[in-house]
Amino acid sequence: MTIRKSTAMIAAITMLAVGACAKKAPDTLPPAPEGTGTDTGAGTGTGVVPGSQEDFLASVGAMGDRVFFDYDQYNVDAQDQATLQTQSQWLQRNPAVRVTLEGHADERGTRDYNIALGERRANAAKNYLASLGIDPSRINVISYGKERPAELGSTEEAYARNRRAVTVVIGQ
Amino acid sequence: MLRPITFSLALLLTTAPVLAQTAPTPPAVTPTEPRETIEGTLSQDRTVIGVPPLATASVQTVAGLRTDSLGRQIAEVIAADLERSGLYEPIGPNGVRAITRAEVQAPRFAEWQARNAENVVHGFVDAGSNGSLIVGCYLYDTALGSELVRKGFEIQPGDWRRAAHKCADAIYSRLSGEAPFFDSRVAYIAESGPKGNRIKRLAIMDSDGGNHRFITNGQALAISPRFSPDYKKIVYVSYLNNRVRVFIYDVASGSQKLVTESSNATFAPRWSPDGTQILYSMAVNGNTDIYRISANGGTPVRLTNTPGIDVGGSFSPDGRKIVFESDRSGGQQVYTMNIDGSNQQRISFGGGRAATPEWSPRGDLIAFTRMGGGEFRIGVMTPSGGGVRMLTNSWQDEAPTWSPNGRVIQFFRTTPGREGKSSLWQVDLTGVNMRRLPTPQDGSDPSWGPVLP
Repeated sequence: MTIRKSTAMIAAITMLAVGACAKKAPDTLPPAPEGTGTDTGAGTGTGVVPGSQEDFLASVGAMGDRVFFDYDQYNVDAQDQATLQTQSQWLQRNPAVRVTLEGHADERGTRDYNIALGERRANAAKNYLASLGIDPSRINVISYGKERPAELGSTEEAYARNRRAVTVVIGQ
Repeated sequence: MLRPITFSLALLLTTAPVLAQTAPTPPAVTPTEPRETIEGTLSQDRTVIGVPPLATASVQTVAGLRTDSLGRQIAEVIAADLERSGLYEPIGPNGVRAITRAEVQAPRFAEWQARNAENVVHGFVDAGSNGSLIVGCYLYDTALGSELVRKGFEIQPGDWRRAAHKCADAIYSRLSGEAPFFDSRVAYIAESGPKGNRIKRLAIMDSDGGNHRFITNGQALAISPRFSPDYKKIVYVSYLNNRVRVFIYDVASGSQKLVTESSNATFAPRWSPDGTQILYSMAVNGNTDIYRISANGGTPVRLTNTPGIDVGGSFSPDGRKIVFESDRSGGQQVYTMNIDGSNQQRISFGGGRAATPEWSPRGDLIAFTRMGGGEFRIGVMTPSGGGVRMLTNSWQDEAPTWSPNGRVIQFFRTTPGREGKSSLWQVDLTGVNMRRLPTPQDGSDPSWGPVLP
């Protein structure tokens, strides 16, 4: 399933979601996105769909969808663990959701090696989520190596942001 | 296809009477491709070679191509090939008098000597039978007045560039003593779009950039192509359907198939020298190892078995050994092994990391990428790791590939920063004659194939 839906579908699903609110545990509701208010009402048709990528991002916060690694490393450090714990809580609230973990490397490695390195990083994040009780069959892994940098510069700061594993919701 | 012919000039001359040629109007030459950029030094003592336009017995039009125009275009390709080798300084075909058909076998040596040409190339383009063309080329020593090379080809008109490359190869081989390499092709990745979302397309071209063709449309990220030794297939990695998988693309039919069925990522494919086997790397639960499989499919053989990243690989030309990279010792280094995976030995030592090893078609050297000090450079070493020489010195030069004669190395060069781009370059084995290759878009991941039969 793709993330984007037609406006009509979003409206329909939003109404269903809103309608179901009363019966579901409160934690199935996404927290209100900062600064945007509670615009999940059916009237606007622009609400955040529970279990969606937007819902995930709203739940885990800015940059909460990714963990970062040191140069040529793939160990999950304490900060990464905190990030992945937040992700796992959302995943447990949305047990039908499947995600892809995208592994990335900075541009200071050769192409093939960086694909292997991205595989290591994405799998390290996947394994940590699994250790928190997330069914690993819900998690796909893909490595982009150095093909898809998030930051385009050739600086240490950019490299640090590009050595990452990003969790992306792919559907339910 | 290209059919070499041996011919007697006397016979050809009697069957095709020589006309007193009125000097044909030179066709307008429209530059259609970006010019090459030369960097660094050229050999100081380049041999001067005269390359006038090839003559024609009578101007005829074959498949829409005029034989006199082709004579000039073939001479241009020959001259460009010889110049690109870095060993020769061609005179012509532009600015050089058109020779007559009779002159082909009776050069005016004094005239060429007066222009300091030690050698001169003469040739002809005549209409053949059944819509074919007969192309002949000769190399002469102007001081001795002797014939050094005589080649003839019966070709389909669309193959005229190949006839030119074959002529240039014969001349280059005769004068340098090296094996030929011009009549060969390159697969690479054409790049466009912003750095964060590059469009990467599989593309192929002749060794001089001619006959360029895009293979994939760019919808799926394509990387690391390798031509099969017979040029009929290309093995490469496609991100089709958001997976990382090795495909074999059939050039004639345009169809492609998976190298192996697996739920794991497969990448870094390479052919064996005889085209029967393919190496690839596969990541299982984050751990990458190297596998070998028949090009026709079947059960893969796992060659490496370490917790480190083992990736890439390149067969020795005799097909008995494989050079590959591994970080089992910490950082990336180059190792060799037998093709069954036995006898794995590290061969690269010294400062920095070593990656992307490629065995020379001559067997005597391995080209690789040296990483250190924040830079990537192209180097060579012997199969035992000795005699390391660095050939380039730029910010990021990556992924060497050998010319079929083991004399020239192509690679791709990336520039830093938000607008950083990649382009194809080549350098002589001795580190001189560094040149950027002309491509319609940016380029990376070059893979040079063998000389065409």
